[in-house]
Amino acid sequence: MATIVGAATALSASKSFDSRKLHLPSRGSLSVSERKGSFLVVRSDGSVVHKAHRAQKLITNAVATKADSSAASTASKPGHELLLFEALREGLEEEMDRDPTVCVMGEDVGHYGGSYKVTKGLATKYGDLRVLDTPIAENSFTGMGIGAAMTGLRPIVEGMNMGFLLLAFNQISNNCGMLHYTSGGQFKIPIVIRGPGGVGRQLGAEHSQRLESYFQSIPGIQMVACSTPYNAKGLMKAAIRSENPVILFEHVLLYNLKERIPDEEYVCSLEEAEMVRPGEHVTILTYSRMRYHVMQAAKTLVNKGYDPEVIDIRSLKPFDLHTIGNSVKKTHRVLIVEECMRTGGIGASLTAAITENFNDYLDAPIICLSSQDVPTPYAGTLEEWTVVQPAQIVTAVEQLCQ
Amino acid sequence: MSLTTSTKFAQPLPLNTTSSRSKEHKLLFEPFRTNTFLGSTHKLRCFNSLSKSNLHRRSAIVAVSDVVKEKKSKSSTNLLITKEEGLELYEDMVLGRAFEDMCAQMYYRGKMFGFVHLYNGQEAVSTGFIKLLKQEDSVASTYRDHVHSLSKGVSARAVMSELFGKATGCCRGQGGSMHMFSKEHNVLGGFAFIGEGIPVATGAAFSSKYRREVLKEADCDHVTVAFFGDGTCNNGQFFECLNMAALWKLPIVFVVENNLWAIGMSHVRATSDPEIWKKGPAFGMPGVHVDGMDVLKVREVAKEAIGRARRGEGPTLVECETYRFRGHSLADPDELRDPAEKAHYAARDPITALKRYMIDNNLVTEQELKTIEKKIDEVVEDAVEFADESPHPPRSQLLENVFADPKGFGIGPDGRYRCEDPKFTQGTAHV
Repeated sequence: MATIVGAATALSASKSFDSRKLHLPSRGSLSVSERKGSFLVVRSDGSVVHKAHRAQKLITNAVATKADSSAASTASKPGHELLLFEALREGLEEEMDRDPTVCVMGEDVGHYGGSYKVTKGLATKYGDLRVLDTPIAENSFTGMGIGAAMTGLRPIVEGMNMGFLLLAFNQISNNCGMLHYTSGGQFKIPIVIRGPGGVGRQLGAEHSQRLESYFQSIPGIQMVACSTPYNAKGLMKAAIRSENPVILFEHVLLYNLKERIPDEEYVCSLEEAEMVRPGEHVTILTYSRMRYHVMQAAKTLVNKGYDPEVIDIRSLKPFDLHTIGNSVKKTHRVLIVEECMRTGGIGASLTAAITENFNDYLDAPIICLSSQDVPTPYAGTLEEWTVVQPAQIVTAVEQLCQ
Repeated sequence: MSLTTSTKFAQPLPLNTTSSRSKEHKLLFEPFRTNTFLGSTHKLRCFNSLSKSNLHRRSAIVAVSDVVKEKKSKSSTNLLITKEEGLELYEDMVLGRAFEDMCAQMYYRGKMFGFVHLYNGQEAVSTGFIKLLKQEDSVASTYRDHVHSLSKGVSARAVMSELFGKATGCCRGQGGSMHMFSKEHNVLGGFAFIGEGIPVATGAAFSSKYRREVLKEADCDHVTVAFFGDGTCNNGQFFECLNMAALWKLPIVFVVENNLWAIGMSHVRATSDPEIWKKGPAFGMPGVHVDGMDVLKVREVAKEAIGRARRGEGPTLVECETYRFRGHSLADPDELRDPAEKAHYAARDPITALKRYMIDNNLVTEQELKTIEKKIDEVVEDAVEFADESPHPPRSQLLENVFADPKGFGIGPDGRYRCEDPKFTQGTAHV
């Protein structure tokens, strides 16, 4: 099997790297050595570039880059090129400029610049109070964010790692989720809770959590997952502007995705799915990092004569049933590919929603490919088998379209 | 009623000073060395003899606040309150007591359900603190929150109606006994889990600081008071927030209502060092111990603590030693607590004490107090009538307030936001 990395990097595409500091901090580090010889480069528009065999070369960062051929011409194109973590920061910065009540709090968000550099430089620009370095006390600083939101601020709380937010689960559930309701609508909680999650590269079980399933049953909370620099920025801005508490899921392996995004201001809808690749034969619903595994599989599928429709659902709660439904009505076949836990995960909820709403349009039972219900193993091979791989996606589509 | 008998102040240890290590070491450890509590059985025995309960507190005072010294000299010549203040305090405490007694009646009569935690006996704390606050100041409470809300200005009608689960309740019947909120009066909530209100209160205090320093609202001197019990003081959120509040000098007062019992867990059985107020200096803020059965003492301490917060001098930890006259909740048969202990505190009823003080000092007449009691009886009766006659929440209310922006319910198969569906407004949609 070809080595698949979610967002593989091409060090040879030096244009993408030379001027940027891509050395991320060691916490939850992305630095790994490429495990196998050949790999794929995935662009955030979904196209896949096969790279030649690279023997034992260290890949310092997981980045999807533009193909080499396009790099030369990018300078003349409109918009500007940046990495996903920079897109998040740009969105954050624009909103902080726009609204002085927008503030950031979390561990190492200030002087250190964030463990994945999403808040780099913001403390210098906005001061230590607006970009607040907190002690390591997740439940309390999340609760503090909620109290601040209730009293007029719009805080963005960063979980250094999404898994750490388990320590803040009480505040997220009881107060973020329910307080607007229990207060009879008197207090609003316009808070954004965000951070890196998902299965990274051999980070061990606790730092490789798939937490969407944990959070999805909390009432009163919206959940979105970003997957490209474009939607990362747009969703960040939308989440900050929303009157509702929003959890923004970022993925540890996607921070260095590169994309050209518009210079003009834009905001994405928190409730809308994104059509990644229109097609006729099968609907593939995915989000976050799995989008790239799906797009790798899509390349193979196209070669095999299939025409899959790929939708990045983006809004994990609520689902965009319009976009999803239209696709189901067209293809009559659904494959869900997610990194979430299999039991009680997003895929399970999605399956239920599709069955409830569009059962008559289905020509085959829905297939849901989720990660395995195991603590994420450390060993590279085991970890790889934990999450869905492109070959499984190809097989599943072949099975669905029999 | 002498002010100083059981009020103790501890100032934070000097931080970032250049004093010698050995000196710091001595200061840090002295209180522990002189603590008479050495083991759990010893603690229990000591606490059983309640009259001696102050003994163990004697030796740990690090410093005495100048303000209290000043007050002491004042108190020998002046009364602690004016007549108007006294009447206000008395009315608030009587309201708290009468309201809670009525709650018990209504609960047993099947008018309210669930867990109902009554505040009887602790009125001096709520009244002593909250009556010094402005409307813009915030209060965060616990599951024992009715009286904090009343003191802060929420009407008895709105609270009773909430308890009856009616649409006219302060939270439209969606909160209930343990979740009282008022945006108008800045009641940030009854929080039903131990400790979870403290971070929220800390956040409100952070907002005040932010508004003053970032948004340049120079006149924003709003203070937040967080109330919680002795049981909470063994919870991480308490320590985490003391740290953050002191670290950033937030305008907040942490008020421990130490009623000696966390349901059936005696404070001294749960706490390695039962002197909660001493934990203030450990975090760099003053810690104060005050007789929580004496509203005038509470009020003096509250004045100082709230003043400090308002002046931007940072947080204070106040431990009010009080007692609840009823069980933990109305579902608690209250069989565990020693009748002698209950009788001891019943004899120290804060309302009776205030009444005696005002009459002994010729501030008021019996008749004036009777008038207040009568007025409060009417207020509470009226609240019950109002709640009883109020409508139940309509079905249409079910899906309101889940999201501040109902677009949070998402887009339906027809491409429209689901909240635009009439079934949503009717509350009959399946979400």
